[in-house]
Amino acid sequence: MVYLTRKIEFSASHLYHNPAFSAEENRRVFGKCNNPHGHGHNYVLEVTVAGEPNPATGMVLDLKELKEILQREVTDRMDHRFLNYEVPELSGQIPTCENIAAVIWRLLEPKITQGSLHRVRLYETPDLFVDCYGDGNGAVALQ
Amino acid sequence: MKIHLTRRYKFCASHRLHSSQLGAEENRRVYGKCNNPYGHGHNYVVEMAVSGPVDPATGMIANLSDLDSFVDREVIEPFDHKYLNVEIEEFRDVVPTSENICIEIFNRLRKFPFAKLERVRVEETSLNSFEYTGEPVGSSR
Repeated sequence: MVYLTRKIEFSASHLYHNPAFSAEENRRVFGKCNNPHGHGHNYVLEVTVAGEPNPATGMVLDLKELKEILQREVTDRMDHRFLNYEVPELSGQIPTCENIAAVIWRLLEPKITQGSLHRVRLYETPDLFVDCYGDGNGAVALQ
Repeated sequence: MKIHLTRRYKFCASHRLHSSQLGAEENRRVYGKCNNPYGHGHNYVVEMAVSGPVDPATGMIANLSDLDSFVDREVIEPFDHKYLNVEIEEFRDVVPTSENICIEIFNRLRKFPFAKLERVRVEETSLNSFEYTGEPVGSSR
């Protein structure tokens, strides 16, 4: 098995706010991330695909194809967007690194048809990242 | 789907690699420059990976302010700008190699009450790193 990783970057804004919490509770739980005007990050996404190299091409999958999938599914949806308001897949969720990484996993997993999606790693800053893995049998349980 | 949250922390500390089970000559041979009697230091990086259910109310596995204050209290405060051999009780009799530092940090961080500790990774320099995921279930340690 070979693991291939492609990295992309996108920049986006977000805020953490749960309408079920009081204003004071939102501030206490989410701190500075509760600023109603939002704030942003330069996200770095590493997508790892596992598979055996195709004997005819020597490739697990065509990187050009992976690049196009990432552009279409992630960059076009999230780059220079306000994640709370402009990404329907995140609607009703707090756009934490955990939830964004899980949305990206669910968007990419069915699109990777050569090899299989092994890991989605999303950096919110160089000091904070989230890893998503499948549950090991190819199926992903939606939460 | 499994989700792990990883946070990176830094501390600076000195140490000396010297084993009481080896003679002076052998210590010099095994540890080389790291056996310098006055010690030397590094800028360490610690990565802590935790897992657990994502709370739908917060979107979080663990609140970062809880994580940061816990790691600060258990590791950064005791280790930062210290001489590990002398100032960390556990390294009085255990050589503070990065392997042992990684295990000691794991043992301290496994007490985090709000998520499950999955892995500790320690970078001694940007060229050396060490990972520990705990002993397998059923092991004697």
